Amino acid sequence: MSTRIVSNIQKFTWKRFFLQWEWMLIALLVIIFTINSNISPYFLNYTSITDATMTFLDKAFIVFPMVMIMIMREIDISVGSTAALSSIVMATLYNAGVPMVIAIVACLLVGALCGFFNGYLLVKYRELSAVIVTLSTMILYRGIAYMILEDRSAGDFPDWFSYFGWGYVGGIPFILCLFVVLAIGFVLLLQKTTIGRRIYAVGSNPKASRFSGVKVDKIKLLVFTLAGLMAAITAIFLTSRMGSTRPNVANMYELDVIAMVALGGISTVGGKGKMLGAVLAVFVIGYLQFGLGLINIPAQMLLIVIGILLIVSVTVTNFRVTRKAPQRKAKKNQAKKVS
Amino acid sequence: MSKYVLELEGITKEFPGVKALDNVHFNLKAGEIHALMGENGAGKSTFIKVITGVHSPTNGDMYLNGERVEFNNPKEAKKLGIAAIYQHVTNYPDLSITENIFMGHEKVIKWTRRIKWKEMHKEAKALLESLGSDLDPKTEMGSLSVAQQQIVEIAKSLSSQAKIIIMDEPTAALTHRESEELYKITERLRDEGVAIIFISHRFEDMYRLADRVTVLRDSQYIGSWDVDKIAHDQLIVAMVGREIKQLFPDKKNELGDELLRVEGLGQIGRFKDISFSLKQGEILGITGLVGAGRTELCQALFGIEPYDEGEVYFEGKKQIIKTPNDAMDLGIGYLPEDRQDQSLILQWEISRNISLSALESISKKGWLNTKKENDMAKDLAEKVDVKTNSVFNLANSLSGGNQQKVAVAKLLTTDLKVLIFDEPTKGVDVGAKSAIYQIMVDLAEAGYGIIMISSEMPEVIGLSDRIAVMCEGRVTRFLDKSNASQEVILQAAMSKEINDSKAG
Amino acid sequence: MSEMMKSINLAKLGKFREFGLLGFIVLLSIVIQLLNPAFLSPGNLTDLIKNTAILSILALGMMLVLITRGIDLSIGATLALSGMIAALTVRAYPDLHPLLAILIGIVVGVVCGAVLGLLVSKVGILPIIASLGLMNAFRGMTYWVSGREWVSAYQMSDSFKHIATSSILGINTLVFIAIIIFIFFNYFVNNTVTGRQIYALGSNPDSAKISGINSDRIYMLVYTLMGGLSGLAGVLWVSKFASAQGNTGSGYELTVIAACILGGVSINGGVGKVTGVLLGAVLLGVLDNGLPLINVSPFWQMGIEGAIILIAVLFNTIVKKTVERNNLLRRVI
Repeated sequence: MSTRIVSNIQKFTWKRFFLQWEWMLIALLVIIFTINSNISPYFLNYTSITDATMTFLDKAFIVFPMVMIMIMREIDISVGSTAALSSIVMATLYNAGVPMVIAIVACLLVGALCGFFNGYLLVKYRELSAVIVTLSTMILYRGIAYMILEDRSAGDFPDWFSYFGWGYVGGIPFILCLFVVLAIGFVLLLQKTTIGRRIYAVGSNPKASRFSGVKVDKIKLLVFTLAGLMAAITAIFLTSRMGSTRPNVANMYELDVIAMVALGGISTVGGKGKMLGAVLAVFVIGYLQFGLGLINIPAQMLLIVIGILLIVSVTVTNFRVTRKAPQRKAKKNQAKKVS
Repeated sequence: MSKYVLELEGITKEFPGVKALDNVHFNLKAGEIHALMGENGAGKSTFIKVITGVHSPTNGDMYLNGERVEFNNPKEAKKLGIAAIYQHVTNYPDLSITENIFMGHEKVIKWTRRIKWKEMHKEAKALLESLGSDLDPKTEMGSLSVAQQQIVEIAKSLSSQAKIIIMDEPTAALTHRESEELYKITERLRDEGVAIIFISHRFEDMYRLADRVTVLRDSQYIGSWDVDKIAHDQLIVAMVGREIKQLFPDKKNELGDELLRVEGLGQIGRFKDISFSLKQGEILGITGLVGAGRTELCQALFGIEPYDEGEVYFEGKKQIIKTPNDAMDLGIGYLPEDRQDQSLILQWEISRNISLSALESISKKGWLNTKKENDMAKDLAEKVDVKTNSVFNLANSLSGGNQQKVAVAKLLTTDLKVLIFDEPTKGVDVGAKSAIYQIMVDLAEAGYGIIMISSEMPEVIGLSDRIAVMCEGRVTRFLDKSNASQEVILQAAMSKEINDSKAG
Repeated sequence: MSEMMKSINLAKLGKFREFGLLGFIVLLSIVIQLLNPAFLSPGNLTDLIKNTAILSILALGMMLVLITRGIDLSIGATLALSGMIAALTVRAYPDLHPLLAILIGIVVGVVCGAVLGLLVSKVGILPIIASLGLMNAFRGMTYWVSGREWVSAYQMSDSFKHIATSSILGINTLVFIAIIIFIFFNYFVNNTVTGRQIYALGSNPDSAKISGINSDRIYMLVYTLMGGLSGLAGVLWVSKFASAQGNTGSGYELTVIAACILGGVSINGGVGKVTGVLLGAVLLGVLDNGLPLINVSPFWQMGIEGAIILIAVLFNTIVKKTVERNNLLRRVI
């Protein structure tokens, strides 16, 4: 009934290609590498780099679900506590005579359950905000960890368990292998599948998503459960690397994770940002921390850097997202005025 | 001193690409109730916003008590005694009535800046009493009914010494009895010398209250009359301005088998005892005043907020609908009233918007096929004639009418049989309106069953095969195309009595 | 819509909640007293009240932040930083007047709070993220200024340590300060225009704009006030425990938020009463003090606290939902 032709071919333009935040992160990585290798001649040596990588990758697993959560305009600050609780459960079970393999499975289950509980509360009581729910469970989960182990530590794991934290697959750290595989998986999941598309939809306009038949509750439940599961995986690697665990492990991991996600270009207003950016940001922050370690900046000082980095990246991302806003606002007003 | 408290001469307001007001005149006397009437989109809202200082006019002059005035912001208008009471009450639900009344002009002791609570409560109480309300001023605003909140809003405008009060569809969400209360208050204010501009869709409001009426149509000033000097028909012609039928395409198709039947549907506190059926190729219009439960009914059918009682039969089989997915799996689609909030993702491309409810059909085992997506988007965008050159343009780059077409295209992606259109032409310009009507008639002829919610009489009468009129949560009357008229519909929309002719 | 449907009962419920809370505190105290008579001994009671004093000072500030729909996770770190700077100053100048030490702490806190206020109001960062970032930054600075060392009791002047043990008008100084702040807050939020504007902003930010409320100013105010109170609490804390450490008050923000939630402050903004918050702080104080006395392991406290917060949050929500549903049922059609 119409003669209008609507194009469905998007032309590739170099400008759009290079205007991606990810290039900025790659540039940052290059700068950090250059500075690091100038500070220490040993930095660009293979073992040095893999060593560095192994120390910061454990928490990076939580970045994957956190990206999804923040794209959906939610937040989860209980992930550090979830990791601690999963780790404690695993160690306690093993010390009580349960086979290590089953203890590991239990660890994963506990993590997933913690995440599921967060998601369940949010779905069941829609007027609750993720801030308050995960803040409560953040205290609760770590509190339970303390109830179980009090001020003791647990460890003495079988030798093979240390493989998670220290092992290599053909010269590449096992943790890095798993991270890369999962990263590819999650990048594809978020950018190429229907689930990913729906996550963006929910973050951009939750109401319209629901009216379009997107199962918002199911997705929320899934993503929060995933956050718990990934926190448990973090717990396994962390516990393996340290050889023992205490209730205060993974303290403030949520901060590092949120900082990585924010630097990765995921906007806190929802619906914007890519998984790849967050994956790159993991390495930017990781090597930055390592570099600061090289010039003997004490660990506690890193706190300042991470804190400020978080605020700066959120500001920059907000600015990037809202820069186009005036134009959008004008359109919106116009539409309103017609009505 | 001028004869009028407020005069507007040749007011024009242009927005980029749109003339929202075109050379509008208006005058208001002290102690009169002046009705402002016109269809949706006639320019009433913009007109009010010019008077209250939200917008400044592109052209034209405004006189207050004979003196030329210009407002740069709402505060300046407020200072000169102009107050507005909006349909969607804007207040502080957690604060007391007194605080709501005095927000922005609290009484404080000069030196200590201490709030004079006792005095404020007393004055609030007096204001409420003068309006015939015995509410305790310490009550939380959020615990009041809409009608009570409106009384507080009126008290608020009185406390700021308003001489001109604008009421924007104040009766829309009120029951019959509550409206009557409001009328009395309004009349009392008039007798005290306050000038009132009363905006309403209800003819009843106008006849009951107004001394004079001004009609706007398509952003233009049509005329002002004394209410008792203009016949009802004349007024309708003034408002609609054209022979009603001509806008609407002829719909001549035969009706097919029954698609949907609901029996005794109810939702606690929202609607009750709704029964009707819908056939293939039929357009069922649902009309009634805002707040009559139309949208709630349709959203229950679509599973947004599930119904509490009654049964739904789809193609003869009893079905339970609890989520939008249940509805869509059955073949029921819904075009929401507020497309910017409930239908489209404005910052997304047209193609992604169109495909959102049909991701399964453009994916294989969960993997998206963007080629398929873009092809589908192109087909549908062309089918509903979206005025754009690429499916990659963002939804917010489109005009209201074209956004609505994209929203309609979304419904065509999945295999649906029943389409529910909720105020499909709200905020859409006349050209796009007739395009949307054409699409709806085409769809009906293609065998879809269509339910259309609309407040616009001509639309309901011009398009529907049958019309269900709702009032306060119940269907008060079913009308056939042949015996539908504005008067009958209005009467049914305002009476609680349920009229014979049951669902077919 | 849902907000409009809150019934009158909610106002009554607010009163009921406070009495309920008070009743629960009394009941809890009786149980603890029966199990361990040392609970209501003067020594223990003083300790309890002193601890609660610091908690309630912070909780009052947090109440205002929560009322504006914000949150401040940085207060534990602010407390540590200002306590540390005050302690370091006292170590360097033992003759410093204790009032000056308190002033130094408050100034540091105000600066910290103002930075957060700026980030929230002018830069527009979500309060939770901005305060999470600053929490780390302030904590790091605490370690930095102290060179990762403690300031211990013997390094502090007696007059400084005396702040926590002295009394004014027969009342312990900590408690006296808390009472003054309580009275000030009660007056401020109930009887001043600015105080009410805080509630208005939290109740309906959009309307606030129309009413001409300067929201940036209010945000700045509540976060700066929160910072100032944290600074004050930091000095009192260091004086009371006679030691300033890098990890002082770590995680204390959660206890403070818990006191507010228990006291009936809505995380969705607009609602919260000074008396409720005070009771919430007292309840946590009693738990904190009493549980060890009845042989509950101190390591159980965090878990119990978490469970209580969660239950309080859920309780609030469920009650609100029920009231709304009842309201709908009452509507006749």
